[in-house]
Amino acid sequence: MIAIIDYGMGNLRSVQKAFERVGFEAQVTSDPQQVLQAERVVLPGVGAFRDCIRNLEQGGFVEPILKVIAEGRPFLGICLGLQLLFSESEEFGLHQGLGVIPGRVVRFPEGMTESGEKLPVPHVGWNQISLKAPSPLFNGIIDQSNVYFVHSYYVKPDDAAVVAATCNYGLEFCAAIRKDNLVATQFHPEKSQAIGLQMLNNFAEMKG
Amino acid sequence: MLTRRIIPCLDVTGGRVVKGVQFLELRDAGDPVEIAEAYDLQGADELTFLDITASSDGRDTMVDVVRRTAERVFMPLTVGGGIRVVEDIRRMLNAGADKVSINTTAVQRPEFVQEAAERFGSQCTVVAIDARQVPGEQRWEIYTHGGRTPTGIDVVEWASRMERFGAGEILLTSMDRDGTKDGYDLALTRAVVNAVSIPVIASGGVGTLEHLYDGFTTAGASACLAASIFHFRHHTVGEAKQYLKGRGVPVRMV
Repeated sequence: MIAIIDYGMGNLRSVQKAFERVGFEAQVTSDPQQVLQAERVVLPGVGAFRDCIRNLEQGGFVEPILKVIAEGRPFLGICLGLQLLFSESEEFGLHQGLGVIPGRVVRFPEGMTESGEKLPVPHVGWNQISLKAPSPLFNGIIDQSNVYFVHSYYVKPDDAAVVAATCNYGLEFCAAIRKDNLVATQFHPEKSQAIGLQMLNNFAEMKG
Repeated sequence: MLTRRIIPCLDVTGGRVVKGVQFLELRDAGDPVEIAEAYDLQGADELTFLDITASSDGRDTMVDVVRRTAERVFMPLTVGGGIRVVEDIRRMLNAGADKVSINTTAVQRPEFVQEAAERFGSQCTVVAIDARQVPGEQRWEIYTHGGRTPTGIDVVEWASRMERFGAGEILLTSMDRDGTKDGYDLALTRAVVNAVSIPVIASGGVGTLEHLYDGFTTAGASACLAASIFHFRHHTVGEAKQYLKGRGVPVRMV
């Protein structure tokens, strides 16, 4: 069973329906016990880093998440669910994350331009990913595929080896990570049409 | 490189799309879910539903439309119209919307935009602005209630204020151009694009593919919203993108 962690942040229904579309049942749960029992776990998330961490703590999810990852069960973080895995974030002051991936979450700098036009922040829309390292999430996905992003902050891992894909928006940033059975994306697979569905299918088929 | 977005917009009331959508062989105005799926296949980058129902019981119907659409179409979905309280936003997001657009309520109670952004994030908080040019001046005024009520508020100043309040995007509609097919109000759009650092979605007036090109280039919009050009089979989204690509605008081809 795929457990989608519901900690009061964001649009979980889309993630659940996307798994169903590719033939896998996924359960949205606010029960940490179910997370502990799940075969694979998805941590979605939109909103502010600070609120998300607080909700994870209050919901009793931190220990189960760390345990599931440590045991090597397939784990997928999406958008803020990627950022939460990091040591700390600069969003609204400095806040501690789950600390699974050493590194920091930072904001896009002000004043970025491209071809004479300023680049708006948040980075919203479809952009191409450059595949950098093998990840089970990207089976059958071709380099430079367009996926849907919406974010103002991005992750800077200390160890470049965890970077599975990058994207360019004023600068080259980490668009996906992979560390053993832990995979996470800055973009939204559940909103990236066929390519995103393929990735969710890949996640559901990852070896535990 | 970030691609420029094409966003078809559907006006919905009583669970049906109105204003007529003629590219499907539908007997009545159209089922929003079927139309959303058709645009999905054409390669639309996002979809916007505008709820033009005035009554609150109509809102339940809209929630159902969003829910059914989100089960079938896996791309970003924005819902606007009648978003008045935080609970309205929560319901739409829980039903499967990714963003809500706030219009009249933002003018009546600007703190609502702040509440929305703090609660649900700027990424889902779109502020919609209906603008009319002040006659004889390079200045635009905000209108509310579907473009009927003047407010005296300057559009450019307002857009900056909404950015400070946490809006993640501005959906900017020229009421002067809406329905005219004369093209976007490029001066208006450019003025707002220059004033804010969040993405601006141009809306109102598209009649030709060249108008989309002008919206992206002359006006610098991040996204172009359009209704009738796609609804009446003048062009598919795919044709629009092919045209834009040919003229050097980065677009996502599917």
